[in-house]
Amino acid sequence: MKSRFLTLLPALALTLLFAGCASTPGTDSEGGAAVGEPGQGGSEGATTAGAREGGSWSGNPFEDPDSLLSTQVIYFDFDTSEIRSDYQNVIVAHGEYLAANPTVSVTVQGHADERGSREYNIGLGERRANAVRRLLLTQGAFDTQIITVSYGEERPVDMGSNETAWAKNRRAELHY
Amino acid sequence: MNRFWILALLVLLPVRTMAALTIEITEGEEGALPVAIVPFGWQGEGAGPEEDLARIISNDLQRSGRFKPLPVADMLARPHTGLEVDFRDWKALGTESLVVGRVQPNGSGGFLVSFQLFDVYKGEQLAGYSIPSTKRDLRMVAHHIADVVYEKLTGQRGAFSTRIAYIVSTIGAGGDQQVSLIVAHADGYSPQTIVTSKEPLMSPAWSPDGRKLAYVSFEKGRAAVYVQEVFTGKRQKISSYRGVNGAPAWSPDGRKLALTLSKDGNTEIYVLTIATRKLQRLTSNYAIDTEPAWSSDGRTLIFTSDRGGKPQIYSVSASGGAAKRLTYEGDYNARASYSPDGDLIGMVTREGRSYRIGVLDPRSGGLLVLSDGPLDESPSFAPNGSMIIYATKTNGKAELAAVSVDGRVRQRLALQEGDVREPVWSPFTRSNRRKP
Repeated sequence: MKSRFLTLLPALALTLLFAGCASTPGTDSEGGAAVGEPGQGGSEGATTAGAREGGSWSGNPFEDPDSLLSTQVIYFDFDTSEIRSDYQNVIVAHGEYLAANPTVSVTVQGHADERGSREYNIGLGERRANAVRRLLLTQGAFDTQIITVSYGEERPVDMGSNETAWAKNRRAELHY
Repeated sequence: MNRFWILALLVLLPVRTMAALTIEITEGEEGALPVAIVPFGWQGEGAGPEEDLARIISNDLQRSGRFKPLPVADMLARPHTGLEVDFRDWKALGTESLVVGRVQPNGSGGFLVSFQLFDVYKGEQLAGYSIPSTKRDLRMVAHHIADVVYEKLTGQRGAFSTRIAYIVSTIGAGGDQQVSLIVAHADGYSPQTIVTSKEPLMSPAWSPDGRKLAYVSFEKGRAAVYVQEVFTGKRQKISSYRGVNGAPAWSPDGRKLALTLSKDGNTEIYVLTIATRKLQRLTSNYAIDTEPAWSSDGRTLIFTSDRGGKPQIYSVSASGGAAKRLTYEGDYNARASYSPDGDLIGMVTREGRSYRIGVLDPRSGGLLVLSDGPLDESPSFAPNGSMIIYATKTNGKAELAAVSVDGRVRQRLALQEGDVREPVWSPFTRSNRRKP
């Protein structure tokens, strides 16, 4: 057990390092928000600071863990392209984002698990990508903003042949 | 047409060779005919060619499951010509058929290979030929000899001199995936890479003359169908519509390709006339319609559709019209293809939680399951209809396997490195038809 813990240490250190990196844009934007406010607040004899508005976020919204946009992988149940209720809001948020940013385009990749025949799985991946696409369109995204590509079972994220791996591989990915 | 042809940059010239598939018979040697293939004599100076023709022939015959070759160590004599044969030596060992042969130098670096096939009990010659060959073609000459022996003794045409194509996926040292389309002899030897890409390659399909392969490539970040000349590497982009471009299948006359496209919003089956680029839509259904395959007369296509809720096999006239459902057994039947004589339909079928290779007799509706893996797929008939090659998974590693259409003989074809998948057996070609 001891040696296992020791081998984990560098990984832990790396995690902390990356956690530090990831937080950098957040720190910057908070600093930016603070610049405009303190002068007035100071004259009242109290220190005030503006709360960060969602709109004032100057970092990448896709990396804001509080934003639905940070979820870019949507998982599906076996042999279906129905959007699960826990992903409805995510896709709605992406659709609203696309509608608000008409110059932005997105590629929706559809994927399937390895079971069954490969070209049928291309069909299944296509159907999943299209299910996401349709929901994006209903939020006001333009058809020209969305490209769909089905990879079927050709690009698994987990190479295993078990339920856990299959669940990870049945997915649609949004790539901006 | 020539202006459409471009030399594929992805093709490696000179062709890079890969490790050959190793083949082992896992089931079914009982009831096989006892034969003896005597090591061929060398009638020139020096050591002679390194290829052991008798061993190649012997392995071919053994793999068919219909022959039991006599081990060389058990042979009482090693004749190279008919005149040297004493049939008593072979009767004593229970050998029913005997092959003897020899190799002679033939001009500049070439060879002349001669062989004779004998019926030991009748003391009769059944076949005998002399075949000129280059050094490079010696393995193929051995496969042709195996074809002659097989046809004389079984009445069925041999398919040993045909080829297989398959996809190999390897992960490089840097973690990068490399996907290759490989063409090899039917015994897995002489593999040659004809396409390589970092993006997926899929669904290779031989043209009826065995000289071209259609396949799907994602090299541009989305699917496109290409047709490549196997022996020159020249290729042509055939289909790159928006959405799915997949499942190419050649018509028996080689003039058309059935394809799956989603350009009109849903995966449907189309027939493309290659010369005119005319596209005809065959299906129209809010379902997945894919994996078309032609009947040998070119009049009918069978395909996979989940229009009934689950994937099943349907047929449709090549001129369009209503589709007819063919499979009712089980809740997953896909990737169907006709046997060369049209009597059977090979497919992927689910049994419980396992995906297996089955053959359907369309007249009786009976389905025979031939494989026993958890994740078997991509069945492809040998051109003589004797075997089906398919993809399987053993301990998480993707391999190929072959099974006789009666399910009696089964073999494994494994690569040391990489996942192997989507095997397709070539048709007979002109060189297969040319009698030596």
